Amino acid sequence: MNHFTLNYKPLGAYALLIEWPNKIDPSILDEIISLQASIESELGDVITETVNAYNSLTIIFKEEAISIMVLKERVSQIHSLGITQKQTKKKTWKIPVCYDEGFGIDLKEIANEKKCSVKDIIDMHTGPRYLVYFTGFLPGFLYLGGLPTTLVIPRKSSPRLQIIKGAVAIGGQQTGIYPAESPGGWNIIGNSPLEFFNPAQDPPCFSKAGDYLKFYAIDSMAHQKIKEEVEAGKFEIESESE
Amino acid sequence: MKGYVEVLSPGLYSSIQDSGRIGYRKYGVPPSGTMDKKSAKLANHLVNNSPEAAVMEITLHGPKLLFSVSTQICITGADISPRLNDESISSNKIINIAADDTLSFGLLHFGARCYLAVKGGFQTEKIMGSHSYFSPVSAHSTIRKGDRLPIKAYQSIEKYYSTVRLDNLLFTSSKIRCSLGPEFDVLNDQDKKSIFKSSFTITKDNNRMGYRLEGTPLTYPTDYNMLTSSVLPGTVQLTPSGQLIVLMQDCQTTGGYPRILQLKQAGINILAQKKSSNIITFESD
Repeated sequence: MNHFTLNYKPLGAYALLIEWPNKIDPSILDEIISLQASIESELGDVITETVNAYNSLTIIFKEEAISIMVLKERVSQIHSLGITQKQTKKKTWKIPVCYDEGFGIDLKEIANEKKCSVKDIIDMHTGPRYLVYFTGFLPGFLYLGGLPTTLVIPRKSSPRLQIIKGAVAIGGQQTGIYPAESPGGWNIIGNSPLEFFNPAQDPPCFSKAGDYLKFYAIDSMAHQKIKEEVEAGKFEIESESE
Repeated sequence: MKGYVEVLSPGLYSSIQDSGRIGYRKYGVPPSGTMDKKSAKLANHLVNNSPEAAVMEITLHGPKLLFSVSTQICITGADISPRLNDESISSNKIINIAADDTLSFGLLHFGARCYLAVKGGFQTEKIMGSHSYFSPVSAHSTIRKGDRLPIKAYQSIEKYYSTVRLDNLLFTSSKIRCSLGPEFDVLNDQDKKSIFKSSFTITKDNNRMGYRLEGTPLTYPTDYNMLTSSVLPGTVQLTPSGQLIVLMQDCQTTGGYPRILQLKQAGINILAQKKSSNIITFESD
């Protein structure tokens, strides 16, 4: 662990930005998550919160409790001592997706473009496990890594003004689920009946950075049934721990 | 005793805000909270509230509000001609409210956002540690006609002699204090100087999420590929068109555009009191 050289930069007066090499890489994410856990347990009294992204960790700290210089030193000590924090168990969440035409409004066009069948697209999308790098853009929007290169497709030239909640989409090298109705420029291939953000629950999201998602295809009847169970608080998402 | 403030008309964009939602950025939830922290703090201070108490943030056109119980209020920030039962009232001063009093607003004289503090703070629902409205965390982003916002009842007070000295720079200054952002160096040498010499106009795309600015375009670096990373209120992003966006309290937690500058809190306060077509300059220290 911790074989990466880190770069420290201020982000204003009360945030310290820590950067890893400029690439999307599961081993970078592992190190970020470990360092984040160590910092939160060792510096909990002087920091407000931490936010990770693909290759960065931002520490928002209490200006009155610590200076940015001292914080940087403490973090760099924690990093150089080696990260002893135990990794929390990684989960793989099974995510039901209905790829029917009514939901997957761009599926046919993508299949035409890729010169394959709609079923091929669905098989490619449900094949891999996707790594959750972080949550951003919208509450509960997961940045996922691991889209097969065969599914890489440009974003729509003009974004749609309204994409429905639960829409499963691909765009560029990414795939994602819209946790709420939103404008968006990705290609819509299906819909998941799960809640990806629920402010009434703590935590409001079931998955976290470092977990995996695996999609599986369901028909529209099952979609409706799961949606009702989710709304009634009766649906349990299937998961496997490593 | 408990009472409420009934919304007779909501105004243009009025919401309940406090010091913000802390600890939920990792779920993609923005901090929210008051935009002009200085004015909000002053309003709370004058009615003897804690600085974290929930206030109403009122934007450009004010609401019409009916109080069900007696209390004290204070209005700070933008001057939107506040009136109590059709009599003009002063800002930055404790005002006694009797049951069935109506508070309304008129013409905007200066600023963009005004703050209404009620003694004890608005007692609206706390979600994920904060009273701040932000959909989809809260059900709505603004107050709506017919809403009854819970407050506490207080006896009126006899006399109040406190005076506050106000710093008018909050409304008159167009200089926005900032420090350099993590990607300041993507600017070319000429733009590194011109960004502090040029004026930027606030476009009509300005709200609690961010302010889009318009100025002489800066050069966006060619073949530049930044990975999405954290952004904060006050982060100034350079977009591929060469124009700048200043992120505000309801901004996304992460973004993929270079972070050129980071506003100081004093700069955010000043910007929060600006509106479309106002002109600003950036000042680095």
